[in-house]
Amino acid sequence: VSPSPHPPGRHGPQRRPGPAGPPDVADGVGATGRGRPAGPPDWSLVRQLAPEVLGALVRRYGHFDACEDAVQEALLAAARQWPVEGWPASPKGWLITVASRRLTDELRREEARRRREEADWARRPPPPPPSSAPPPPTPPSTSSPPLLPAGDTVHLDDEGEPGEVRLTGGRGDRGDGGDGPVGDDTLTLLFLCCHPALSPASQVALTLRAVGGLTTAEIARAFLVPEATMAQRISRAKERIRSAGARFRLPPPPQQRTRLRVVQQVLYLVFNEGYTATSGTNLVRDELVAEAIRLARLLLRLVPDDGETAGLLALMLLTDARRAARTTAEGALVPLAEQDRSRWDTGEIAEGVALVTGALRSKPLGPYQVQAAIAAVHDEAPSAEDTDWPQILALYRVLERLDPSPVVTLNRAVAVAMVDGPAAGLAVVDALAGDARVARSHHFESVRGHLLELTGDRDGARSAYQAAAQRARSLPEQRHLRTRAARLRGPGEGEGRSDAPPGGGDG
Amino acid sequence: MESRSRRETTVKYMLLIYGNQETWDSLGEEELNELIRQTDALNQALFESGELVGAYGVADQADAKVVRSPGGPGGTGDVPAVTDGPYIETKEYLGSFTIVDCDSEERALEIAAMNPASRYVGVEVRALLHEADVSM
Repeated sequence: VSPSPHPPGRHGPQRRPGPAGPPDVADGVGATGRGRPAGPPDWSLVRQLAPEVLGALVRRYGHFDACEDAVQEALLAAARQWPVEGWPASPKGWLITVASRRLTDELRREEARRRREEADWARRPPPPPPSSAPPPPTPPSTSSPPLLPAGDTVHLDDEGEPGEVRLTGGRGDRGDGGDGPVGDDTLTLLFLCCHPALSPASQVALTLRAVGGLTTAEIARAFLVPEATMAQRISRAKERIRSAGARFRLPPPPQQRTRLRVVQQVLYLVFNEGYTATSGTNLVRDELVAEAIRLARLLLRLVPDDGETAGLLALMLLTDARRAARTTAEGALVPLAEQDRSRWDTGEIAEGVALVTGALRSKPLGPYQVQAAIAAVHDEAPSAEDTDWPQILALYRVLERLDPSPVVTLNRAVAVAMVDGPAAGLAVVDALAGDARVARSHHFESVRGHLLELTGDRDGARSAYQAAAQRARSLPEQRHLRTRAARLRGPGEGEGRSDAPPGGGDG
Repeated sequence: MESRSRRETTVKYMLLIYGNQETWDSLGEEELNELIRQTDALNQALFESGELVGAYGVADQADAKVVRSPGGPGGTGDVPAVTDGPYIETKEYLGSFTIVDCDSEERALEIAAMNPASRYVGVEVRALLHEADVSM
């Protein structure tokens, strides 16, 4: 067991901040630090400071990538020191001071290295005259400005100058020209981490580190890759942002809407990554779910008028509400209809329903809101038999119009089957058979198997489940589908096979 | 959540390079060194792009062993039976494998095509379905 950089107890109840989380995080933490002796510190509150600290640094010094590293180091230092030496009176001030020191040290080292290189070049003999030989290397550019502001002095308490806000840390125009509210910094950071030049994997990793305040090691563990791989992915992402010429300022309003959709998608990915992995020890994966919900809450505070952000948060809550009932103790998937609804989280359901109801009433309709509405109908049904399927079918029709995809159509097919009978549902499924996107997914055969089973075609259902199992992308899904297939063997035939290893026999 | 077409973050793929002793024996020293150099360069590039999980060379198949539990097929007695590898007679055997974590199958195939060994033998690309999620 490697030592966790964080104080013990962070997996405890505070992992899920309640709906009434402190609106102003900085004050919340500050008050805790001042008021109490070193009790069990709530590390999630410290992580909430990460984007504010990073925003403050970038505004003052520029150099988004170096600032981001410095904040990460400050957080690691805090995790080492605070549990031993006690919490500082102002955690945010402490983090800004330590991160600034690391940053200026790093920039000075960088500056010295650059000067040394330039001096080396100046001492070199001139290159030989050009021939067929490869062109001589060019010396490093000397036109780039010094890395530190003139005077080379850093005033940590200086509140005045917003400083250079260009991310490249070079010359150029300033950002939006001043210290905006803290919330703007966080939104700017989210937009930056979800920059369109980055791959989804990089957007996710950078968002979790720079905005979520997670350590590289934690992110690497959550995605089951070596820490070096994740560190490299993050530093490459920052490089790409720099070379794309992005700046630390809010994009113009017309672009903000598009960028907001990307941010939502990244948070949705973080949630799904945590939610769809259901095997093994789930602690780390549960943290991803909690982190996605926390960041969605944060985003909603920043853009309270965006109905889709409310829809996204509602969808996460209404889905996560079923988590305890979704798997058995052994990690096997339990279908919605068979879940023990008394284990659903009523608090999350109430909050999700309120959010989506409010959004549907007042905001333009979007796919997240409709999905959340569907989840709400399921969550509010006291039993599977009481589910309002006509309502769900109507919502899937709306979703199909807003955001058409074969997966949505497959889900509509299930609703059709529940309203008009399995044969009608099968007709919807079979109409998709020619769609190449469906052919590679296990959803198609899995839904077909389910509907065939409802019609009483046991053999057809069994081979559909087997085909689905071969295409499944996770082991729990695969096991679930093989179990469904095994249940449909003739009476007696399936006896004694329940312990067969997955993949054995019928693959 | 299952209702929406899912955009995934990354998927891990295993790239398996099966060797054929005759193929490798037929390479000259120069060519072999070039192959090694290019493989190192590819691994470095994949590390720098944040996609490399690991790259491994597998010891010769002549040293492979197979373990069978007493109760399992082919198992006898009451202790696990250890025998020489089952593939000793086959011409092609696993020589090395690389695990990458990348955005799409297309990218995994592209990485497989960059592997210099693909000039001599096929590179098998398999998505990794599952990984033990244990606390370390």
